[in-house]
Amino acid sequence: MTAPLLSVRDLHVTFGLDEGSVRAVDGVSFDVLPGQVVGIVGESGCGKSVTMRSILQLVDEPGRIKQGEILYRMRAANGQPETVIDLTKLAKRGPQMRAIRGAEIALIPQEPMAAFSPVHTVGDQIIEAIQLHHTQWVPDGSGVSRAKAREIVVELFRDVGISMPEQRVDAYSWQLSGGLRQRAMIAMALSCKPRLLIADEPTTAIDVTTQAQVLALLRELQRKYGTAIIFITHDLGVIAQMANSVVVMYLGRVAEQGPVDAIFHSPKHPYTRALLRSIPSIVGETQVALPTIAGTLPHPFNRPTGCPYHPRCDERKGPECAARVPNLQPVDQGQSVSCFLHHDSSDTQ
Amino acid sequence: MARFIIQRLMLLPLLMVIFSIMIFAIVQAPPGDFLTSYAATLASSGSSVSMEQLDALRQQYGLDQPIPVQYYRWMVSLLHGDLGLSLEYQRPNIELIGEQLWLTLALAVFSFVLTWLIAIPAGIYSATHQRSVLDYVLTMFNYVGVATPNFMLALVLMWVAFSYFDLSVTGLFSADMAGQPWSWAKFVDLLKHVWLPATVLAIAGTARLTRVMRANLLDELNKPYVMTARAKGMSEWRVVLRYPARLAFNPLVSTIGWYLPQLFSGSLIVATVMNLPNIGPLLLRALVNQDMYLAGAILLIYCFLTIVGTLLSDILLAVLDPRIRMGQ
Amino acid sequence: MGTPHTPPLEPVVETESLVEERISVASNWTLVWWRFRKHHLAMASAAILIALYAIVLCPDFFSTQDPEFTEARQAFIPVQGVNFIDEGRFDPWVPAIVGKRNPVTLRMEWRTDPSQKIRVGFFVAGTEYKVLGLFKSNLHLIGARDQSQRIFLLGSDRLGRDQWSRIMHGTQTSMTIGLVAVTLSVILGIVLGGISGYFGGWIDQFIQRLIELLQSVPTIPVWLALSAALPRDWTPIQVFFAITVILSLIGWTTLGREVRGHFLALREEDFVLAAELAGCSRARIIMRHMVPTFLSHIIATSSLAIPAMIINETSLSFLGLGIRPPAISWGVLLQEAQNIQTLALAPWLLIPGLLVIVAVLAFNLVGDGLRDASDPYSK
Repeated sequence: MTAPLLSVRDLHVTFGLDEGSVRAVDGVSFDVLPGQVVGIVGESGCGKSVTMRSILQLVDEPGRIKQGEILYRMRAANGQPETVIDLTKLAKRGPQMRAIRGAEIALIPQEPMAAFSPVHTVGDQIIEAIQLHHTQWVPDGSGVSRAKAREIVVELFRDVGISMPEQRVDAYSWQLSGGLRQRAMIAMALSCKPRLLIADEPTTAIDVTTQAQVLALLRELQRKYGTAIIFITHDLGVIAQMANSVVVMYLGRVAEQGPVDAIFHSPKHPYTRALLRSIPSIVGETQVALPTIAGTLPHPFNRPTGCPYHPRCDERKGPECAARVPNLQPVDQGQSVSCFLHHDSSDTQ
Repeated sequence: MARFIIQRLMLLPLLMVIFSIMIFAIVQAPPGDFLTSYAATLASSGSSVSMEQLDALRQQYGLDQPIPVQYYRWMVSLLHGDLGLSLEYQRPNIELIGEQLWLTLALAVFSFVLTWLIAIPAGIYSATHQRSVLDYVLTMFNYVGVATPNFMLALVLMWVAFSYFDLSVTGLFSADMAGQPWSWAKFVDLLKHVWLPATVLAIAGTARLTRVMRANLLDELNKPYVMTARAKGMSEWRVVLRYPARLAFNPLVSTIGWYLPQLFSGSLIVATVMNLPNIGPLLLRALVNQDMYLAGAILLIYCFLTIVGTLLSDILLAVLDPRIRMGQ
Repeated sequence: MGTPHTPPLEPVVETESLVEERISVASNWTLVWWRFRKHHLAMASAAILIALYAIVLCPDFFSTQDPEFTEARQAFIPVQGVNFIDEGRFDPWVPAIVGKRNPVTLRMEWRTDPSQKIRVGFFVAGTEYKVLGLFKSNLHLIGARDQSQRIFLLGSDRLGRDQWSRIMHGTQTSMTIGLVAVTLSVILGIVLGGISGYFGGWIDQFIQRLIELLQSVPTIPVWLALSAALPRDWTPIQVFFAITVILSLIGWTTLGREVRGHFLALREEDFVLAAELAGCSRARIIMRHMVPTFLSHIIATSSLAIPAMIINETSLSFLGLGIRPPAISWGVLLQEAQNIQTLALAPWLLIPGLLVIVAVLAFNLVGDGLRDASDPYSK
């Protein structure tokens, strides 16, 4: 088995507010293998985005990484072998962390509209990234000239399927359509040849047809460059198209994880099952009410005791569900689940 | 862009006509005219002037004409570049104003530069170090700065200088320099005196500007593009200066146009208190003595500066913000 | 809750939902009040403002004597501090002041004479006055117990008038003028801004151009010119109202713009459409449905406009173009401090300026607190 590129181990992130602290991420673990696509699914507020931001150490104040490790395998460079470093140990604004942002791990943010500065051209903002991580293009450290960087951007734009790339480089983000903007964003993320891409719901803000194109593009680029992708979404259909493996999150914890086929064909956690039931299908009966998950996501100050999902769970086993928190346990080939239906309730946190 | 500027320039004469009517209406509104207050002054000093003499003078200055005729005559001479004659000083207004205008301008520019040099860095620091000790100190300073009337600050500074350092800080020149022709020594003398009134003028402006810059930057710092810039691996101060600070600064630029006339009129009260050679006290005196053409000319200059200032900031904003430049 | 030993937290959950219920039934004003209460500085400032407006209601009660009482032989008496304890008992007094003419400068020099004590009392009888112009009283919050004695808590001016009492009366004028001018501005702003935003079309265009025109007027010089145009023989009341009108004529434009913006946004809202479909009259829609949604915001904005009005009034009066003696305002009082020699002799004449700063500061803090509290999206 190949060693993981990124390994998140028991990550806890809390936000200290006046009213008390909120545990946004409460013990999350998962691995990303090189060149693989990991899909992370969950309702809004389940801690997906916070987990991703903690990987880049970009959690907004007053968020803090309380506990856990984020192990990243640095690529071999300057004759040094691959080394594994814990990203949580690096200074947030230090040079090491900054060298990783963009060059090793890049981010495709949620809203392409607001993710570009409106008073700088799109090209300008990408050229800046290339010049910042110039050794990714010219390893001897002699730097990348502006003209050269511009050429690279034009090339990248062609790669991500932006027509008339020469002109589009000098455009402002608000002059581009939603789809083009997201393509430009992808070009920016790829501009420093990262080995890991974090795509935070990259298609939620654009219309369905463009969405399909962007997904196809991401898949194609992923094959071409062998970049690993963490793909965050609440759309299970997108996951089925994109991912090799899936992590299902609920209230800051991993409910279930495993290979994409296993998750879709033999889901073990009641929450995963409920999610899959609520997908509309074109082969099923029409005019029938779609099953929904009962209840609402609890308020973060008001976490239920025991298994966080138990108040909404329709397969509740017994009183232990309300009393103890189930741990993530392997159940099948590469599949693990945190639910007392599948493992002994004595094994808890 | 060019079309926009031309449009605005074409509007300028129309605005000036409207303002000139308003100004004329205001300056001739007080009951009586210059000669009534002139006669009253003479009477209080013991000498007197006969009705016939007054009527002759009134005729000479055209003060006996109906108001629309007076306005028409004023406009015609204005269009010929003639600002008229000061009734009180018996000298052309353009000379009187010209003597003071450059010093007024020097004071305004000096305090303007001071304001921005202090306020922008202070605002950026406050926003990026929210809830730090220095942020609280700056915020407190800003609140007090905004709450203190200009003249009050001038009074306190003058009082402290006078009582504790035995300094007289009025005027823009030393006594022996005031009457001299311009020279390097006189310029240095000006610099020695201008900083105090400039500081007084700058403090209130700085307080206001720091507050706005801080609030704007705090808004911008939460925008997604800041996260994008950080995710690129840029250093924190470079992120702040290149992106959010630039966007927070833009709306301030649109207020530059208001700052210029504000500095002129703000200096009016401070100049009166500190006895500075400035068109402010000149206007005040003209208003009190009903020297209506002098007052009218100064008010027109203020209005002109305001319009030009607004136009200037619109242009600046268009240069800085592509969304406005390209008509988004 | 992470351990198996944690008991179920049902009771806590119960109170949480009670809180939520309390929030959901609270009216908008209650919510604003709850949020405002959290700003300690704003609350303290509100207390200061309430105290100042108490003085506005009846300045005579807070004065120690008649503000116009002139006694040239008691000019420039310095501040007399009150001592509360005498011989171990609570018995407030001020030391008497004796003057001696300096033979060189020919100026009176005042020295305290601690052997002579003027007894000070609270709620003492003094000069007679009328409360709100209605009924007579001679009760004063503080004053010399012996009515023939004068005390100068904040010193006296060049005519020997008591500055403390004059400041109380100046507070009445200055605080009222700010309030009245802003009220006028708000009325103008809501009416014209509302018409502009609700009806749109050429009316909107006209009012917008008018606002632009007024906003490009250089305010201070025009204020000066307008004030100078007031006839010299007007009564203080007439001058007072003329000055408020002058101040609010230009002050309404910002508010007008804001109100228009609110109306433009609200016109598209569903609840306005619903009201229209229900057959409400235009006036009813505006007053019952639209105005309440942004009223708290308007109040916050106007409480931030009052301090500017106070500063403007003070500046105008200071230059001799605003409130004129015998009327008293903070600006009129500061006129006494115009001369630097006088100021060096009697620095306490700057005290009214301190009051201007305190009042403006308090208004700004309360305004900021209100603005934050009235923003429904704030935490």
